[in-house]
Amino acid sequence: MTAQSVISASNLSLTFETADGPVHALKDINLEINKGEFVSFIGPSGCGKTTFLRVAADLEHPTAGQITVNGMSPEEARKRRAYGYVFQAAGLYPWRTIGKNIRLPLEIMGVSKSEQAERVKRVLKLVDLQDFEKKFPWQLSGGMQQRASIARALAFDADILLMDEPFGALDEIVRDHLNEQLLDLWKETQKTICFVTHSIPEAVYLSTKIVVMSPRPGRVSDVIDSTLPRERPLDIRESPEFIAIAHRVREGLRAGHSYD
Amino acid sequence: MRKALIPVLTVVAALVVIWYVAAVALNSAWAYNKAGRANIELTFSDLVKDTLSQEKPRLPAPHQVGIEIWKTTVEKKITSKRSLVYHGWITLSSTLLGFAIGTSMGILLAVGIVHNRAMDMSVMPWAIASQTIPILAIAPMIIVVLNSIGIQGLLPKAIISAYLSFFPVVVGMVKGLRSPDRMELDLLKTYNATRSETFWKLRLPSSMPYLFASLKIGIAASLVGAIVGELPTGAVQGLGARLLAGSYYGQTIQIWSALLSAAVLAALLVAIINLLQQVTLKRMGMA
Repeated sequence: MTAQSVISASNLSLTFETADGPVHALKDINLEINKGEFVSFIGPSGCGKTTFLRVAADLEHPTAGQITVNGMSPEEARKRRAYGYVFQAAGLYPWRTIGKNIRLPLEIMGVSKSEQAERVKRVLKLVDLQDFEKKFPWQLSGGMQQRASIARALAFDADILLMDEPFGALDEIVRDHLNEQLLDLWKETQKTICFVTHSIPEAVYLSTKIVVMSPRPGRVSDVIDSTLPRERPLDIRESPEFIAIAHRVREGLRAGHSYD
Repeated sequence: MRKALIPVLTVVAALVVIWYVAAVALNSAWAYNKAGRANIELTFSDLVKDTLSQEKPRLPAPHQVGIEIWKTTVEKKITSKRSLVYHGWITLSSTLLGFAIGTSMGILLAVGIVHNRAMDMSVMPWAIASQTIPILAIAPMIIVVLNSIGIQGLLPKAIISAYLSFFPVVVGMVKGLRSPDRMELDLLKTYNATRSETFWKLRLPSSMPYLFASLKIGIAASLVGAIVGELPTGAVQGLGARLLAGSYYGQTIQIWSALLSAAVLAALLVAIINLLQQVTLKRMGMA
């Protein structure tokens, strides 16, 4: 079965003009992301990983090069709601209950009320927050709010999930739980996931493909196809295979002068 | 609210004590004058008794004002032209109408400023300039001009109230409508939401705390506007008119009773808005 390209970038560049001179956030990025993959973007701050995600989401515009999402321009893809975006902070509206927060995209997309109710129940079950539909965001912990945010991104059945350091603000133990849950979710929904992180173990644990990026200018240092099996219990993180891949990631970061 | 009751009452009690002391001090000149003409020596207790019960004191004592208010509210028929309830209602109706007009105008202007670049660049300077012109100068002009085209009574005063109350609402709502951060706006962009959907689902709910803060300022300003509107044309109705009439005839107790009633009215109106704020923000999970 030939891999179907979902996001395809060729010679993609983005330069910000600032008062201190041009900032090359992305320079000549060539990348193929295929259907059903879990791709992690890892690198130090300023390497362009978030910028790449935002370009794919049509939240930034490239200054050179091409990028297609599902075969169309990012703008087309955004208008057709081809992806769900999860931000670093949960960004739930405090004046809506969790249930109503998840309905937000569904209201905008004109989904019928009964179908809204059914979808809300379904995605809340996926992230294990069934009992919290009527609660307000301030009544939930940080980890639970982030799960609700993921549920919101899943509610409208987009094929692609773009996640920008969603677990960055959470502690290690909660993060482990959420990593496991995310993998289960991925297995069940079969989406294509692009995941930006600055944690090497997280990137290696979650992905089928790891894109190592480096800064100044933002470019791809290495693309690693993970040899780990699809079934990954948490203690796979101590296996020699895992450590070898993590080592390769670190080599890629070093080669890109990330540790300078 | 209940927690604030004892501190507030303490401050009020302290103010009343200061008021009594000031009354004795300010009215003592007249008392000594009177005693001097009758060739009587005034002891301190005589002085206190006299200064706190003069008919036209420089500074009426709290109980004198209290008795006057009682006489003109409880003991008078509401339909009587001397009833403070009647005058209070005249002022209140102008305040409320002006507040409604000012608030709606303020919100409309704020929505325009946030959504339209031309308005953003042009309206604010004019709004600010409008507030720098002394209202005591403008109010007579507004009333006279409107009277000459046949608009009399409630509406001109309401317009002055609206003039004073729209500005805090514009400023507060512009800040409130612009309060959502970039991430929240990006989220709606990923849903391909229209500007109208962004307004109703994000900007308007986010602006509620700012709106209530502005409303509290606005209603107090609106009351001031109503009273100022009652002064210029030698008006015969309303708390401002009572104030003016008192000053014409040297009835200081009447002036102070109108003054105190206006203050109490303002406090009540702000308290009502505060209550609305608590209830609304609690229901919105933002309190």
